Amino acid sequence: MTMRVPAVEGWLTVDDQPALLGRKCPSCGTYMFPPTGAWCPNPSCSCDELETVALSRTGTVWSYTDAQYQPPAPYVSPTDPYKPFAIAAVELAEERLVVLGQVASGYGVAHLHVGAPVELVVEPLDYADEPDKMVWRWRPTSPDATAGGDVAGGEPR
Amino acid sequence: MSGDVAILGAGMHPWGKWGKPFVTYGVAAARAALEDAGVAWSDVQFVVGGETVRNGYGGYVAGSTIARALGWNGARVATCYAACASGSAGIEAARTRILAGLCDIALVVGADTTPKGFLAPNAGERWDDPDWLRFRLIGATNPAYFGLYARRRIDLYGASPADFAAVKVKNSRHGLHNPYARYRKEVSADEVMESPVVADPLRLLDICATSDGAAAVVLASMDAARRLGVANPVRIRSVSTVSPTFPNTVVDLPDIATDSAAAVPAPALSFRESIAAAAYEEAGLGPEDLSLAEVYDLSTALELDWYEDIGLCQKGEAEKLLHEGVTTLGGRVPVNPSGGLACFGEAVPAQAVAQVCEVTWQLRGQAGERQVEGAKVGLTINQGLFGHGSCVILSK
Repeated sequence: MTMRVPAVEGWLTVDDQPALLGRKCPSCGTYMFPPTGAWCPNPSCSCDELETVALSRTGTVWSYTDAQYQPPAPYVSPTDPYKPFAIAAVELAEERLVVLGQVASGYGVAHLHVGAPVELVVEPLDYADEPDKMVWRWRPTSPDATAGGDVAGGEPR
Repeated sequence: MSGDVAILGAGMHPWGKWGKPFVTYGVAAARAALEDAGVAWSDVQFVVGGETVRNGYGGYVAGSTIARALGWNGARVATCYAACASGSAGIEAARTRILAGLCDIALVVGADTTPKGFLAPNAGERWDDPDWLRFRLIGATNPAYFGLYARRRIDLYGASPADFAAVKVKNSRHGLHNPYARYRKEVSADEVMESPVVADPLRLLDICATSDGAAAVVLASMDAARRLGVANPVRIRSVSTVSPTFPNTVVDLPDIATDSAAAVPAPALSFRESIAAAAYEEAGLGPEDLSLAEVYDLSTALELDWYEDIGLCQKGEAEKLLHEGVTTLGGRVPVNPSGGLACFGEAVPAQAVAQVCEVTWQLRGQAGERQVEGAKVGLTINQGLFGHGSCVILSK
């Protein structure tokens, strides 16, 4: 097995239990993702020593959509011809924040609804020349969400 | 009221797609606004340009580029970047300078030349730029965000793609007689619902295009307006350029995630609601006072969100308001009598100024076949990327 690496260093872990890496303020408890700021975003907190923490691996769908047309660069299509994919905005209960991500391959908008449970998985960002570069994806986990079928979206559910 | 500023002139260059330098459109709109105002360019003391980040060097310093094109007149110059809110940020800069007594007459110009297709970040590898990363990592285009908002209307309020299509049908009729609109053609609900899906549940005709265009306004102090013989000009009653209040819990372009509400509960008003609320408060007016509104219909579904955000109805009731005809010309509060972005397409730094031009003409009774009868108070609203509110309330 080749060595998997995160697409952006410091943003996620890519082992068997992958997770997004966020920041947490030890003073007020506010979370942050992406983990890019060194200071707490809460305006009434002046802490500037945030801890790096793994965020919840599961959440619920805040909303979802798909990309029927190929997005412009810097998006890189992993396939030729382009294959549409779905995007979910997922609410993490403990962190009380919403994170965007592509929906795991094999799943489309027909597998989703607002409030649906999802879990975080990692899949190759799909650089043809860098197949080990991993990005986070949201995988539907409700019993009726079985991968396959018309994942390109088609008619809204 | 002492806080009022007069709109002496409004001018636009038609919207379209020609790919000419943005300054070409900007100069045409500026000259039209000056002519409408009856003000000589040499009497303008302050010029503001709405900036965009795609027009090349000149576009980064729009104010001075347009001032130079009009012929250096020694006026003070500023350039404002607030994404889609650049135009109203420019209006606010001019208004506050006038209210501070630092100048009498100011010109605000927004002009743009847009590329074809999706708006995208500038070229280059920028692994520390969230706007670049949302495309690179997720493929999240602007319409993807519009799709997320639209889907929530369906799953939370029972809205349907037919409701969204009805917004386009309405706006296409409104824009039919607008000489500045790029698309002047009636569109049927079937045409919308048979157009290809772009970002589920939104289809091509649910989403606004990108356009070239320019709009300009000449602002003056109330005293200067009177000196120039304009006894009852259209007045700017308030401008809201508020930023979000932490935590902003609705995912906004171009962010990959929202703020966290773990430590501080979400504010009572969402960011979009707070934009209008601040404008109402400053003007001492409320939604019940509106004769019309120009809202940023980047998508058909987003127009429905705005009905609720500006207080025309409760959450989840926008579809009902639309179908009752309240927001159609002839209804109680026509929304987007200009035809909106559905008929214009978006010319980013010009659009918020164009909204103000439309309301100015409506309040003067000069809107021709799209005139809102007896219009007294109008509101314009939009939201710029990176946390820029934009709302202007005008009255006769």
